[in-house]
Amino acid sequence: MTATDIQIEPEFLEVLQTVHDPEIPVLSLLDMGVVRSARRNGNIAEIKISPTYSGCPAMDVMADDIRLAFKEKGIEAKVQLVLSPAWTTDWITSRGREALEKYGIAAPLQPEADKEALLGNKKLVQCPQCGSLNTQLVSQFGSTACKALFQCRDCQEPFDYFKCLK
Amino acid sequence: MNESLIQYIFGIADNALILGQRLGELCGHGPTLETDIAGTNIALDLLGQTRSYYQYVAQLQGGVATEDTVAFLRLERDYKNVLLVEQPNTDFAYVMARQFLFDQFHLLLLEKLQFSQDETLAAIAKKSIKEVSYHVRFSSDWVRRLGDGTDESHERIQEAICHLWQFTEELFEMTQADSEMVVQGIGVDVSQLKKAYHQNVSEVLSEATLKTPVLEFFQKGGKTGRHSEHMGYILTDLQYMQRTFPNMTW
Repeated sequence: MTATDIQIEPEFLEVLQTVHDPEIPVLSLLDMGVVRSARRNGNIAEIKISPTYSGCPAMDVMADDIRLAFKEKGIEAKVQLVLSPAWTTDWITSRGREALEKYGIAAPLQPEADKEALLGNKKLVQCPQCGSLNTQLVSQFGSTACKALFQCRDCQEPFDYFKCLK
Repeated sequence: MNESLIQYIFGIADNALILGQRLGELCGHGPTLETDIAGTNIALDLLGQTRSYYQYVAQLQGGVATEDTVAFLRLERDYKNVLLVEQPNTDFAYVMARQFLFDQFHLLLLEKLQFSQDETLAAIAKKSIKEVSYHVRFSSDWVRRLGDGTDESHERIQEAICHLWQFTEELFEMTQADSEMVVQGIGVDVSQLKKAYHQNVSEVLSEATLKTPVLEFFQKGGKTGRHSEHMGYILTDLQYMQRTFPNMTW
């Protein structure tokens, strides 16, 4: 499944664009690739979302935020969590990747590069602050399930790297 | 209601719940901030996976069952987790050794479970593989670091591996529910995973300059509900709120 397989009725796009990841407020759920479908069924909007990580506590908040956003438009929304196909970082749109970088989170690399960056200590992750590649892994697990903690050796800033999930 | 399927799911999901609970005990007590955060991240993944399994169980049970009744209102004998995951957080070496010995099995199991004829189990497995690959990397990495570290760290991780080894054989035991689900194409024949497990584990241990233990006698029982003395204490903590204030919600 790719980003193009997403089925969202155009009338719902505007509302969904206003809902953001509670942990990364610059990223809309659409850009994150979390919303898989949005269909109208009578007076009800049926939304399917795909969890990033099984235990991500933000998923419940996202579902609530979606219901709330629709309610403000006078539409009742039913949100369903779908596990298959499993979410991958490939579903983050290019606009989403840009938003991540601007926010100070390094966007995910390809799977092989991710492994080398996390285990092989290869300098592949770019510092979102100064652009240097002279960065080092501090911890494979970061402030949330989806991130690893890095530090830039040039500007000394610690930063999050959005782990590749494929 | 398919009781065998439910029992089969408990055999997988209860491992994630109890190990998640064990790791949760360390929240705020990790030796360094990074390992503390890593431990709780892994706990979070495991509890997330547990929720998916228990939601499915609740759906199969029907009636008033929810993921919470499944998690909080069973008796000790009804939990089907292996003895390995209920072992205590003796020290950091034990925590990492327990994690390592379980993660290596967990990944092999999920890699097979993703092809289950049961769509829900296959979907949960596919989702979980991505998370568990990170767990395996993390715990294997620490086993290497401790084994190939100082004399002290080497000795302590070796002791932990030797002590916990007696619980590894149970991972490959087939319960009645296992056998029934294998026949239906839903379950995984865990007895077939043993060879790959020993190979993968020995590889990391040898890189870590550690010895793979050799044992004749192994502890078993968790999978059929006969747990070690630690289990009651875990459940006391885990179930406290629901037992004290029935039906309470946050």
